[in-house]
Amino acid sequence: MTLREVKFGYGARPVLREISLSVPRGKVVAIMGGSGCGKTTILRLIGGQLRPKSGDVIVAGRPVAKLDSGGLFQMRRRMGMLFQFGALFTDMTVFDNVAFPLREHTSLPEDMIHDLVVMKLQAVGLRGAADLRPAELSGGMARRVALARTVALDPMLILYDEPFAGLDPISLSIIGDLIRKLNDALGATSIVVTHDITESLKIVDYVYFVSDGRVVAKGTPDEVRVSSVPYVRQFVDGEPDGPVPFHYPAESYRSELLAEQHG
Amino acid sequence: MNRTTIDLWVGIFVALGLGAIVFLSMKVGNLASFKTEEGYHLDARFDNIGGLKVRAPVKSAGVVVGRVERIRLDPKTYEAVATLRIELAYQFTKDTIASILTSGLLGEQYVGLDSGGDTVMLKDGGLIAKTQSAVVLEKLVGQMMFGKAAEGSDKK
Amino acid sequence: MAEIARILRRLGAGAIDGIWRLGYASRFLAMVLLASAMAFRRFSLTMRELYFAGVLSLVIIGVSGLFVGMVLALQGFETLQNFGAAEAVGVLVATSLVKELGPVVAGLLFASRAGSAITAEIGLMKTTEQLSAMEMMAVNPLARVVAPRFWAGVISMPLLAAIFSVMGVFGGWLVAVKLLGVDNGTFWSQMQAQIDFRLGIVNGIIKSFVFGIAITAIAVYEGYDATPTAEGVASATTRTVVESALAVLAIDFVLTVFMFRGTGL
Repeated sequence: MTLREVKFGYGARPVLREISLSVPRGKVVAIMGGSGCGKTTILRLIGGQLRPKSGDVIVAGRPVAKLDSGGLFQMRRRMGMLFQFGALFTDMTVFDNVAFPLREHTSLPEDMIHDLVVMKLQAVGLRGAADLRPAELSGGMARRVALARTVALDPMLILYDEPFAGLDPISLSIIGDLIRKLNDALGATSIVVTHDITESLKIVDYVYFVSDGRVVAKGTPDEVRVSSVPYVRQFVDGEPDGPVPFHYPAESYRSELLAEQHG
Repeated sequence: MNRTTIDLWVGIFVALGLGAIVFLSMKVGNLASFKTEEGYHLDARFDNIGGLKVRAPVKSAGVVVGRVERIRLDPKTYEAVATLRIELAYQFTKDTIASILTSGLLGEQYVGLDSGGDTVMLKDGGLIAKTQSAVVLEKLVGQMMFGKAAEGSDKK
Repeated sequence: MAEIARILRRLGAGAIDGIWRLGYASRFLAMVLLASAMAFRRFSLTMRELYFAGVLSLVIIGVSGLFVGMVLALQGFETLQNFGAAEAVGVLVATSLVKELGPVVAGLLFASRAGSAITAEIGLMKTTEQLSAMEMMAVNPLARVVAPRFWAGVISMPLLAAIFSVMGVFGGWLVAVKLLGVDNGTFWSQMQAQIDFRLGIVNGIIKSFVFGIAITAIAVYEGYDATPTAEGVASATTRTVVESALAVLAIDFVLTVFMFRGTGL
């Protein structure tokens, strides 16, 4: 998967100024950056939900933006995306959620679908929860069910939108573990968009840092840990102030206090 | 809520809805008497048809025997010509009188047919020769006032 | 002067925005119609929505119809009696219901109950990214989520309006015959004599059918277009009810004018 000099924006507001990155097959790659820097936009570009203003998004050798609806359909069948809070269908049980892609895209008989769903649920450790409804699940469990649903059709490219967001420490390591294991077991390629440094550095093969619509740094986890790029350092060390400023831009503090006195 | 329960309730709902439509058509409307059979046509000329409308009933002895199908003005004689569609089962004599009557005091107007004693029956396309126009309220009042005025002047 | 100019400019912008939304909504509706094949091939999807939109509205429609009919009979009886036309109370109740009140009131109730529920449901699915997830799984959300709800609404409305009218006639009968002493036979015979199937009942069905299309189209559009936040869904739901009510009343006027002219007056 490759992004070549991709530009994207809403109206006059640019979100991605120039992004170039590539993900080799079989690897797990993290895309990191502060909130609102365009990471989710990158995922949507890959999935074809958005079209770049200029540049190419290439998946498995084919430009996503130029696909017609039939081509897009085929492409999405081979992709899986895990949304930030799971995005499970609330009117169905866990079982039906995982069975959804199988029922929609294959004409397999119900008993085969049953076996496949059970296998996927077993892989994420939630086989016993098959009859529960999403409302009855904890955040971590819901995320895992969504993961089972994402890999139901054995995709070749798996996209993760903030998979670690809001999870307790146990669930964090479970999810990280599953991302790596599933990727290797399926022989797939995974792209993880996140800002969780600790968990992602444990499992990924390569990292891209995005800030202000550009790639500001990249490297393997080891390279990143010892990087001297200020942005990366602030991220890795968790410093409150640095290239990403603490203060939201405002007029001088002194003048605002004084104005209140005279006002 | 499993699927068969949903199916049952939706089935009940649709049945109720369709049943309601049928009920309305039969009991509330007059679908039962909706005549689709062909009738034959008779014309009748009136000086004034008053408030007679198309699809008003045609009655004889109070029984509905047909409908007014068309109303037009004859451009030469300035008479109103009403085309009536009569059920095939009913035949009327050549000297039948067609009058425009009102049902009730303020009701809608209809055509009343009084059969005569002639032996010849009217056929499709025939003309009812004897007609009685609608009573126009203004003319009635005018007559009354004229009559009263004449009475008054007689006494003088 | 500048104030007036500013107000006019805002009105103009609002009007342009309204027209733009109308165009967008029409395109959306066209896409929903094109994606409707699944709603009929896998009819169980539509059946489910028929249950939620139609069956669950039965109680409010039935009870409201009953009360409306009873009130009509009560109110009408007194006035009619002054004209010596008390037996026409059946005609009054039935005509008002079948031609006007049935479709319109049932439409307003349907918009409040089922329409707002549809908008909230779709809006919520959008907010929790369920629609996005479906899209990424190569399932068209218009086909699977929106179209079944649309057709369920269109099918339900005429049925609900008819049930409303029937309950109203029943309510009117209860009051007129049981309470006020109008003769049972006269009640029904007057009604049958005066109400023409084509003019009264068919027109009523046409009206409720058109209302169903309008209300459900508004409901699914507002849901799909809602801002994906809690306030966004809430305001979309309110918009559905308000816009549906206005649409029903406006369309009712237009249709009544057309149908009225047809009697040759």
